[in-house]
Amino acid sequence: MGVSELTGLILTIITAATPLLFASLGELVTERSGVLNLGVEGMMSVGAVIGFIAGDLSGQPLIGILAAIVAGMVMAALFGLVTLVFIANQVASGLALTLFGLGLSALLGDRYVSVPGLGLDRIHIPGLTDIPLVGPVIFGEDPLIYVAVALAIGVGWFLFRTRRGLIVRAVGDNHVSAHALGYGVIRVRFLAVLFGGACAGLAGGYLSIVYSSQWTPNMTAGRGWIALALVVFGTWLPLRVAVGAVLFGAISILQLNAQGYGIAIPAQFLSALPYLTTVIVLVLISRNRTLLRVNTPACLGQAFVPDR
Amino acid sequence: MHIELIRRPERSAWMAFLSPVLAIVLTVIAGFIIFVASRVDPFGALYIYFIDSLTAWWSIQDLIVKMTPLILIAVGLSLCYLSNTWNIGAEGQLAAGAIAGSVLPIFFPDWEGPLVVAIMLVMGVLGGMAYAAIPAILKTRFGANEILTSLMLVYVAGYVLDWLARGPWRNPAGHNFPNSRQFSDGQLLPVIAGQHITISIIFALIVAAAAWLLLRKTLTGFQIRVLGQAPRAGAFAGFSQSRMIMIAFLISGGLAGLAGVCEVAGPLGQLRISVSPGYGFTAIIVAFLGRLNPLGIIVSSFVLALSYLGGEGVQIAYGVSDQIARVFQGMLLFFVLACDALIFYRIRIVRRVVAAAPVAPAMEATRGRV
Repeated sequence: MGVSELTGLILTIITAATPLLFASLGELVTERSGVLNLGVEGMMSVGAVIGFIAGDLSGQPLIGILAAIVAGMVMAALFGLVTLVFIANQVASGLALTLFGLGLSALLGDRYVSVPGLGLDRIHIPGLTDIPLVGPVIFGEDPLIYVAVALAIGVGWFLFRTRRGLIVRAVGDNHVSAHALGYGVIRVRFLAVLFGGACAGLAGGYLSIVYSSQWTPNMTAGRGWIALALVVFGTWLPLRVAVGAVLFGAISILQLNAQGYGIAIPAQFLSALPYLTTVIVLVLISRNRTLLRVNTPACLGQAFVPDR
Repeated sequence: MHIELIRRPERSAWMAFLSPVLAIVLTVIAGFIIFVASRVDPFGALYIYFIDSLTAWWSIQDLIVKMTPLILIAVGLSLCYLSNTWNIGAEGQLAAGAIAGSVLPIFFPDWEGPLVVAIMLVMGVLGGMAYAAIPAILKTRFGANEILTSLMLVYVAGYVLDWLARGPWRNPAGHNFPNSRQFSDGQLLPVIAGQHITISIIFALIVAAAAWLLLRKTLTGFQIRVLGQAPRAGAFAGFSQSRMIMIAFLISGGLAGLAGVCEVAGPLGQLRISVSPGYGFTAIIVAFLGRLNPLGIIVSSFVLALSYLGGEGVQIAYGVSDQIARVFQGMLLFFVLACDALIFYRIRIVRRVVAAAPVAPAMEATRGRV
């Protein structure tokens, strides 16, 4: 394998990891506030279709990305309303959001299935980008990849270095005490859910506008669920989640390449690999219970009704 | 203005009955809005969606055919959800049942008769159980989240099914279609009414009745409910959480497997790359709309089966994508879950908050959490 092939491989792995990173960072913040939103797949897929349509209508990929973020937030608001105001079961509501989102996106995108997408240009800094291997990987990605990296660092900084981040974690770890201290548990959670929706929408928009540059129904292909698993894999810590995202990006790209090389394993088994890996990874990480117990938000998935 | 929930002194029996009805009404209203937004005559579309399928015998048959797997799967899932076990991989367990149930007719095309069909059914159930045992063991043994593992296994089962139907199990005389051979008549479930209604609907009704008895009359049923509502109390009473997780997964997986083999040995008559239009996921909605009650599930499976047919109906009549069925199904589950708040809470709309509520003393706050 030459340098240019290696560069190409690393670039595609990073692009494959980016939507996973966006979605899992959003879910990480949501879960840190004590809310389990299983609707990532649904929010992603509505983000993907709305982003694609908005991009197509405006001709501007950035408008598409913004629309995807807003769409994800609208979906998340729906979830927040049902689980936080009407205190519905979070697991069931998350499933509802996924089923609804997959259906809605397929309905909305019906006429956009064979429309070519816009794509997003990679940045090019003369001189720097031209350095072999290092240049394209560090200075030649598409702009959203830098956003993803910044988001990973920003979420870590916010949660563990700021007062507001501390409040989010307090709400997620002990909502009764947080309420007694005067923090608006529901308000904090709603904002965290909205952030999760924005990130999932962005992840979806990245998929349809940049990654595959087309819309097909079910194009999220379980990435929202893998993002949920990544949050557990990363034990609710942003940088570990980022490592997990790259790992999964690598697995999905390597299995595609293996299919391309015509390895004597049926293609279906290679396609199943990312999902099987998720199961194995979950088992490995869950065996270490102390590691999980330290970081799992203690009130994860529990409803909160303030007594006045 | 904001909404406030005020806890009722006790659970409202009226609302327990009314909330699913209210949810259906809200779904119809939302459907009206969607049709208006898609520039389709909303009254005509709603008529076709919800009524038209009930006016012809052939579509009523289709309705019953679609109700069958939904009842079978949803009854199993309701036992899971009542015990606070989250199996959402029924779609994969259905595929596993369809695969296991197809082994005999594919490898021994000459074997026919009631005994063969009975063995096929048993193998389907065992296939679904075995596949459901994976997330259950991973949960009880290693503590791996069963929601994520059971869902991931849906994708895996889908690929295995795809590989079998396109590869080793493809009908050599099938003109390269990705299907297995057509099962012979002696390998299919007996038709009991119309052209397609097989004996499987009877299985579904028996299963629902048995689950109702299990929940109401047996110790296991009691354990399911206690461990679901008050896991700590259940643990003090000596009920084993891991045993319950295994039981819930094995029952629900077995029933999903039964649904799978009943599809291939019934309406499909062969193994295909896809054996279900998402029954395993729709059954989750069926279970909740039926209030996790086996008898309620029979009623709600009717509503969800109707939503499949309605989706096909409006696609033919108005050219709306049949994906609208999934939108209706998702909305319905949302409304059901939100309306359930009415069972335990009264809703009060507060017009304007003059001053912030005084901070409750810590004792008050901790007491409120049960």
